[in-house]
Amino acid sequence: MKIALFATCIVDAMYPRVAQATVQILERLGHEVVFPAGQACCGQMHLNSGYFREALPVVENHVRAFEAGFDSGEYDVAVAPSGSCVASVKHQHAMVAQWAVERGGSGRADPTLAARADAVGQRTYELSQLLTDVLGVSDAAAQLGSYLPGTITYHPSCHGMRLLRLGDRPLSLLRTVEALDVVALPEADQCCGFGGTFSIKNADVSSAMLADKVANVCGTGAGACAGGDVSCLMHIGGGLSREGRTTAEGTPVRTVHLAEVLASTRENPLRFDGEFALVGGAR
Amino acid sequence: MTTVNLGLPAVPPRGFGNISATEPFPKAAHRELGNAQLRANLGHATHTIRDKRLRVVSELPDWEALRDAGSAIKTDAMSRLPELLVQFEEQFTARGGTVHWARDAAEANAIVERLVRATGSQDVVKVKSMATQEIGLNEYLEERGISAFETDLAELIVQLGHDKPSHILVPAIHKNRTEIRDIFLQEMPDVDPELTDEPRRLAMAARAHLRKKFLSAKVAISGANFGIAETGTLGVVESEGNGRMCLTLPETLITVMGIEKVLPRAQDLEVFMQLLPRSSTGERMNPYTSLWTGATSGDGPQNVHVVLLDNGRTRALADRHGRSALHCIRCSACMNVCPVYERTGGHAYGSTYPGPIGAILSPLLTGVEAEENSSLPYASSLCGACFDACPVKINIPEILVYLRGEDVEAKHGRGRAAGEAGGASDLKGNGRRRSLPTQMDVALGAASWALSSGDRLGLLEKGLPVARALAGRDGKISRLPGLAAGWTQSRDVPAPPSESFRSWWKKRATGGAPGEGDGARRGGAPGGGAAPGEGDGARRGGAE
Repeated sequence: MKIALFATCIVDAMYPRVAQATVQILERLGHEVVFPAGQACCGQMHLNSGYFREALPVVENHVRAFEAGFDSGEYDVAVAPSGSCVASVKHQHAMVAQWAVERGGSGRADPTLAARADAVGQRTYELSQLLTDVLGVSDAAAQLGSYLPGTITYHPSCHGMRLLRLGDRPLSLLRTVEALDVVALPEADQCCGFGGTFSIKNADVSSAMLADKVANVCGTGAGACAGGDVSCLMHIGGGLSREGRTTAEGTPVRTVHLAEVLASTRENPLRFDGEFALVGGAR
Repeated sequence: MTTVNLGLPAVPPRGFGNISATEPFPKAAHRELGNAQLRANLGHATHTIRDKRLRVVSELPDWEALRDAGSAIKTDAMSRLPELLVQFEEQFTARGGTVHWARDAAEANAIVERLVRATGSQDVVKVKSMATQEIGLNEYLEERGISAFETDLAELIVQLGHDKPSHILVPAIHKNRTEIRDIFLQEMPDVDPELTDEPRRLAMAARAHLRKKFLSAKVAISGANFGIAETGTLGVVESEGNGRMCLTLPETLITVMGIEKVLPRAQDLEVFMQLLPRSSTGERMNPYTSLWTGATSGDGPQNVHVVLLDNGRTRALADRHGRSALHCIRCSACMNVCPVYERTGGHAYGSTYPGPIGAILSPLLTGVEAEENSSLPYASSLCGACFDACPVKINIPEILVYLRGEDVEAKHGRGRAAGEAGGASDLKGNGRRRSLPTQMDVALGAASWALSSGDRLGLLEKGLPVARALAGRDGKISRLPGLAAGWTQSRDVPAPPSESFRSWWKKRATGGAPGEGDGARRGGAPGGGAAPGEGDGARRGGAE
């Protein structure tokens, strides 16, 4: 299958290794990965902050960057290693396009944008969704060679859990990684407190939510907290780092993206460096 | 018979009642967060109710169908509200009741005052009512020499404590029993000075105190959970029996009901009497459900009044993106699952309606242009737990985002498109507020430019090595200026990578990049390989 990678702006700029791990997994399964060069961002930060006018060109760019490849058959589906960005593409793009038409006035409202955005949204998948529902991955060790010795816990980010209804897809995949012990996170369904600009506009409440999430992660005794959204992981990781949280063995408690765990193999196991895990070396 | 005209959306005038906050949410939240006892009380209470609700909801195999039914009945009722209200008035009047219409808090309060004065009584008993809380009726009556006694236990605690409710269902959720005992000792005239904080003894003290009020009261004021248009029936749902006492003993009964509480048919109660108790108290069935239809000679109150209250509801109704907030049945399930409410409590919201529903309802009732409430739509991380819990499926996160958009438009003086319903631009004095660009405006404006083109983002990403200089030797950024300072207050930011994915991918496609994973290795900027021109087919296919 030909798969377009939507890296998302934050992964592209801050966590390129998560996109690299996504490419590794998909290529290991024998699929062709395409990176539409015009892509930039889903616009979620603008949308969720109420800046619909500023979100509009970002949304238009995303639709433009991806629709041509769908139409020409260059790729069949798109994937992003981010539940919240996929939720935005699927649920918010058509909404903001509709908003622009209703508001009018700006002279740039495109009446076809909502339908075009919807078409792109329908063919865009979050990583665990694509792996499970489209590519039929049910055993990461057997199908991807995933291997990682250690103990992790998993935080199911709000948008993946509630807007995309990912359910136990990510956890099921993690449980099939060889040598990996997955422990349950207490109050896993509680928001970590990131919420985009919420963490800035309501920094105090966000910090209080983060403190409880960090305490719950550390209470599991796991060496790392895995997740499917780098923004939430950046938030949780930022709190773990600031509090200097360590495991019983004295190593810092890390955050790691699902893609990085799945990309880890016996030959090139995941190693930790800085806030995030890394998948080492060339395959 | 009055003529119903719901065509002119009314916004509550400022300075009346309790739906307009007096300070921005972040400021109030900061204060409330500093109260460790409050946080402990709230965390304990919300977790208990939350778990109970989940248990009893999971017992019903048709819960989702019930939610759909509740949502559909409400949507139908809102779509023909004028017709249903007229029908309600006809039926209520035909059975001996009197209907009054109030556009706002001032009108509603004046009507109630006039009705109480006509009885000659100086005292009234009250059964917990959100609508009278909203319009500030107790304070209004108090100022005019009429004493209103709350009879709901939690509401009594709040009233005696000279406090405001912090929760729709559990107004004293922020108080623990020691604090309650202290309030009783200080404020109840005949209380046993040896009173302990044992729940049973506290309840007995309240009972003795309240019984005197019930037996002497000539006038009662209630809210209503439902008004049935088909039969002109009013309904109150409560747990302690205090409501039953208020609704049956006095001679005069005055009910203040928001106009959105109307349901078309008696049969609709079937759905809501399943949804409401499970969602609010985690109970299978409600302990005391009182329904009354008009007046019956020689039995119960002989003078039965209802004040139908608008106070911004037609404004909310005219807002087609926000109107479903009026579907709310005040169960409080959303606040019990909200991580923001759990940590700040209800007072931070500055309105009778706290939590997620309050964050949309208060601005919808007052108009988001009313600056007092414009910080409320941002008081959420958009986690969506409220939407999942709502028994009538109000999409609270979506409405929060929509209201943020309205707020940004209003702040920038962009106004609404001509002719759009609910237009606030015709309001005197508070229609438009064009403010100077904030840091957020500047930051998001610049980000919009950068993020609406792959080329621009790619160009900016070439500055990543420079941004890395912000990080300390440990590879962390622990202090950022301006807006981002809020972030680094409690969180580090990792050092950016030396190269973006986009750049790595381009090099890989042209054979200039080293193996997978190296591109992001700390300190290991891949050498060589002049960057290919912008916009070339930066793609690569096939497994190796």
